Amino acid sequence: MKKGSSFLKFLGKIEGLPVAAVLAVLYGILIVAAPRVFTGFRIYMSFLQTVPPVLVCALGLTLVVTAGEMDLSFPAVVALSGFVFAWVFKTFHSPWAPWAGLVLALACGALVGYINGILVAKVGVPSIMATLAAQFFWYGATILLANGLQLNIKEVTTTLVHTIFVGRITIGQVPVPMQAIWSMGLAIFLWFILNRHKFGEEITFIGDNANVARVMGIDVVATRVKLFTVMGVIAAFAGLLLTLEINVFFPTQGSGFLLPAMAAVFIGGTSIAGGLGIITGSFFGAYIIGSLEAGVVATTISGYWVQLIEGLVMGASVVLNIVIGEGHITTFSNRIRHWVSPDRSNTRDEGN
Amino acid sequence: MVESSVERSALRMVNIEKYFGLVCALRKINLEVGANEIVGLIGDNGAGKSTMVKILTGVFPPTSGELYIAGKKVDLRSYNVKQAHAHGVETVYQDKSLGEKQVMWRNFFIGREITLPFGFINVKKEKEIANEIMVNTIGFRGKGITVDSRVSKLSGGERQGVAIGRAMHFEAELIILDEPTVALSLKEVAKVLNFVHKIKESGKACIYISHAMTDVYEISDRFVIMDRGEIVADIAKKDISLKALDEFLLEYSHGMKDKVEL
Repeated sequence: MKKGSSFLKFLGKIEGLPVAAVLAVLYGILIVAAPRVFTGFRIYMSFLQTVPPVLVCALGLTLVVTAGEMDLSFPAVVALSGFVFAWVFKTFHSPWAPWAGLVLALACGALVGYINGILVAKVGVPSIMATLAAQFFWYGATILLANGLQLNIKEVTTTLVHTIFVGRITIGQVPVPMQAIWSMGLAIFLWFILNRHKFGEEITFIGDNANVARVMGIDVVATRVKLFTVMGVIAAFAGLLLTLEINVFFPTQGSGFLLPAMAAVFIGGTSIAGGLGIITGSFFGAYIIGSLEAGVVATTISGYWVQLIEGLVMGASVVLNIVIGEGHITTFSNRIRHWVSPDRSNTRDEGN
Repeated sequence: MVESSVERSALRMVNIEKYFGLVCALRKINLEVGANEIVGLIGDNGAGKSTMVKILTGVFPPTSGELYIAGKKVDLRSYNVKQAHAHGVETVYQDKSLGEKQVMWRNFFIGREITLPFGFINVKKEKEIANEIMVNTIGFRGKGITVDSRVSKLSGGERQGVAIGRAMHFEAELIILDEPTVALSLKEVAKVLNFVHKIKESGKACIYISHAMTDVYEISDRFVIMDRGEIVADIAKKDISLKALDEFLLEYSHGMKDKVEL
């Protein structure tokens, strides 16, 4: 019995495991409920195609939430960056246009993020307020710049940029969307930044207790500005992936990203109070959120069930995270044993 | 003559003054702390203790005056928290020394990470050194606390121990303990005092700020009493008993004494 509990303890220490387990269980249920859809690779490829933009936003948001802040403006950056790219691509007919569009789009994201950072860190506006205002402002600016119209960029599919970022790469005869590879690469990179880099440690301590960070010599203001700038660039990257994939910019793109990305972060176990960020959790969380709707529809239960089931899965993941989170897992497993056979709990104490 | 006395002191403040606008927070502070001396800094709320600590730790500069650490004159214009650390001034606060949700090894090196190229942290080395500090300097042995434990699992006294151990590791010339025992149980206070003894044993200097007279008396070699931004008394431990010190402070706070000559 002792071996069992130390094994559980070990499992509890693997980062993101509870969320990965929820994802596995979810796919397990879907395979049983809709075997025709979920035993082929097509549905998974379609997830790998649609989830990455939200996933990328969720990864950036994980850093922001870890620092005890919030960013509500990233959906607007997704729209702005898509517009900048599409506009540059349509306006300049040079082979360099897609690259210039790419760089400019990322730069715009950095600018929006930098302004957010200045408002939050230097001026002292609470981040929810500052970024809420930014979200309205930059959506408004994008709609104005685009005259409220969408931009069709069908020709982008023949460019190298398209191939590199959203092309298909054949892995074992399965054409995997490149954006899935890029977003996974970004997840791995940001994991290292958060867990193995000075910057990640600094934002974690700032989120834990900004006063401690300050007296330990961290430049809290500069680090927060840097953080929001990074978030802007990441959101702009998400916008690029989206616009390239669907070959069109539309002014409200990204507006559906806010809640799924936030849900992915919190399902993943990142603390809303700051000081604890779990990149792997956000990674699996984004796939949970992204798979639910299509999954539920594929099981042929009425579409009216979708939201209810989404809420249920989110709730269950968050509860699981708290229960399995450090220190709780053994008490939880003991409690389950107690529920299963109340008598044995007494004899166990004697046995030990 | 001047040279040698400077060399022997861990800290020397010369005519340090601090104004916030027109309000004078510190007036002509002259204080010297010997190389292996523990000075108990006593004073009521608003006496200027924390203003003085903030100047020493580089949170803000004084309006005028000179500061010497280990005999070296400090350039006050460029003095900040990082500079204070570089000069060997380490501070242990009552509650803001450690990130509570973070693991121990990160807490030891926060702000002063041992890095590989590109700013990545050398986790293995940091853990090794953190473990070394915990076992040898702080003396956490066989308590189920490892470098991977989160600070939230530690008792209040143990947390202060970690902060003190960290200060000692970074070759502090002067360790400032700012009310380290506030809100601790008696047992935990005893632990903290034990750590302070270790500072003394290791040959370093310390300024110990506390309201708890018995702690200050037990630990300190000398008492410096502040009131309304000024140092009003400077008494060696051998010249006063705990009872006398207590009575002195009581009388003082009741305004029965204005200026003391000792």
